[in-house]
Amino acid sequence: MKRFWRDARHVIAANPVTLAAFVLFVLLVGLAIFGPALAPFDPIASDVPNALRPPSAKHWFGTDQLGRDVFSRVIVATRIDLTIAVSAVALSFAAGSAIGAAIGYLGGLVDRVVGQLVDVLMAFPLFVMAMALVAALGNTVANIIYATALINLPFYIRIARAEVNQRREAGYVLAARLSGNGPWRIVLGVLLPNVMPTLVVQMSLNMGWAILNAAGLSFIGLGVRPPTPEWGIMVAEGASYITGGRWWPALFPGAALVLAVFCFNLLGDGLRDLVDPRRRT
Amino acid sequence: MSGGRWLGYAARRLAMAVPILLGVVLFTFVLMRLLPGDPAVFFASSPNPSQAELLALRAKLGLDRSLPEQLAIYVRDLARGELGQSLTTGQPVARDLLARLPASIELTVVAFLLAMAVALPLGVAAATRPNSWLDHLARVVITAGVSVPTFVTGIVLIYLFYYLLGWAPDPTGRIDVFIGQPPRVTGLLLIDSLLNRNPERFLAALKQLALPAATMALFAIAPIARMTRASMLGVLSSDFVRTARALGLPRRQVLLTYAFRNALIPVVTTLGMVLSYMLGANVLVEKVFAWPGIGSYALDAIVVSDYAPVQGFVLAVSALFVFLNLAVDLIYGLIDPRIGFER
Repeated sequence: MKRFWRDARHVIAANPVTLAAFVLFVLLVGLAIFGPALAPFDPIASDVPNALRPPSAKHWFGTDQLGRDVFSRVIVATRIDLTIAVSAVALSFAAGSAIGAAIGYLGGLVDRVVGQLVDVLMAFPLFVMAMALVAALGNTVANIIYATALINLPFYIRIARAEVNQRREAGYVLAARLSGNGPWRIVLGVLLPNVMPTLVVQMSLNMGWAILNAAGLSFIGLGVRPPTPEWGIMVAEGASYITGGRWWPALFPGAALVLAVFCFNLLGDGLRDLVDPRRRT
Repeated sequence: MSGGRWLGYAARRLAMAVPILLGVVLFTFVLMRLLPGDPAVFFASSPNPSQAELLALRAKLGLDRSLPEQLAIYVRDLARGELGQSLTTGQPVARDLLARLPASIELTVVAFLLAMAVALPLGVAAATRPNSWLDHLARVVITAGVSVPTFVTGIVLIYLFYYLLGWAPDPTGRIDVFIGQPPRVTGLLLIDSLLNRNPERFLAALKQLALPAATMALFAIAPIARMTRASMLGVLSSDFVRTARALGLPRRQVLLTYAFRNALIPVVTTLGMVLSYMLGANVLVEKVFAWPGIGSYALDAIVVSDYAPVQGFVLAVSALFVFLNLAVDLIYGLIDPRIGFER
């Protein structure tokens, strides 16, 4: 543990961008937890006489077509956007690493069949697949999470499988087998903890992608519904006013989206440097 | 590689596409079965079909039979090109898709060419001069491309080039309605207007295409440039490049003939992946620019729960994607002589 903190200090010192990403991450999580309490205005209370006002001292990010405060809406939306991304990534992480580790350890026919299935799954245009799934399963937030989790699944299966496969015959695995541990115990208790770092890096890199995917789905009108504040919907609603030069209802939530994705991508890169120094670029 | 070996490779690769296509068909079939409600209603000619029509449709769609039988019927219909009827347009889905496909293809292909024209030189330049300003520029472009959603890029471009600078035309549709469409030959406006010898229409179509194509290209540049840079860096540090340099070959020849051609191999794989992502991003870009392609067609249908077009769209895009990847792999076999020796 002490060594980990020394490495962490070294990585942060060598790469201040990672520190910035970490600060941003703390800020995002803080907004997700305390957002509704921090927002200066009610995010869904409309005030039509004051619609589409540019940013001012009172409304920092201006107001949208119904006179709602864009700043409050952007802040409150953090929770739902992060919740969707975190749940989707957690689901695909749990299922993907279990399946991947199991087939990587067992090998043989199961491995080949599941591997082929994963290849087929990856052969779909993933965003289109998520779109079709949400359209078919029903237009709800839960289904957005399932769809995002499903299209991320192949990546986790692949990584877990490759990492476990490499370590199958490692000394400590052989020792565990020799002392009478069953396959379940070896995969869950011995192998998974060892491949965890790689999977965690993948999770962090994946978060940004999951946020983009969920926001993209709600941008085209799937999943989250108005008047719920959510970044994708806000961009979609604001887009109609951009040709008239009213940029604030669309660009502020857009910027929040970019910042969140950026933060997770940088954090993922930083974590990767920490876990696997050889892959530093 | 010799013609015979390439043909063998092509045959094997074609055989590999078959299970994927079957997977695509199965997926859309399951999708149809997952739909809430009665599929017969979705395929009916009017929103309020009569009981007799529903029964007839169920029999026609084979909904009264077992699942394997239904799958067989579904595949048979697909083989005949029947994708059902759209409730919104009242037309067969297959005809709608064909009418709108050229718009999507024109957008995707132009964006793809644009992305390659920027990303390949950028990646090579960044790799040959590590830590120069070009390398940093490449890094910024790559990170931005991964982090900025396409629909946000589109809106920013509209704000800059339509509202602030006034360079771009009104961002709706493929061509100014007052100029009008050229007579349809291929459905690709750029080509049709040239065939029609009408430079005014060509320019109008090009102007309209510029922003959506740039939006999509910005998104595609990142992965291509990243792969080109990484692959070029790897090749440049290899022994044969060092040897070529030591022999005193001109820099140009070392870079282009020796390094670039070898670096291109993983890049071609990335190109296939990028094209697939672009098929997905198409939906978002078409929505931002009210582009009348197959993506916006599917979206309009989703909003009113008109499922036959959605299903047709998924099928069309997936099939397109499978064939594109097939084409990429076949090209791969042509540029890399080592392929075909494996397995």
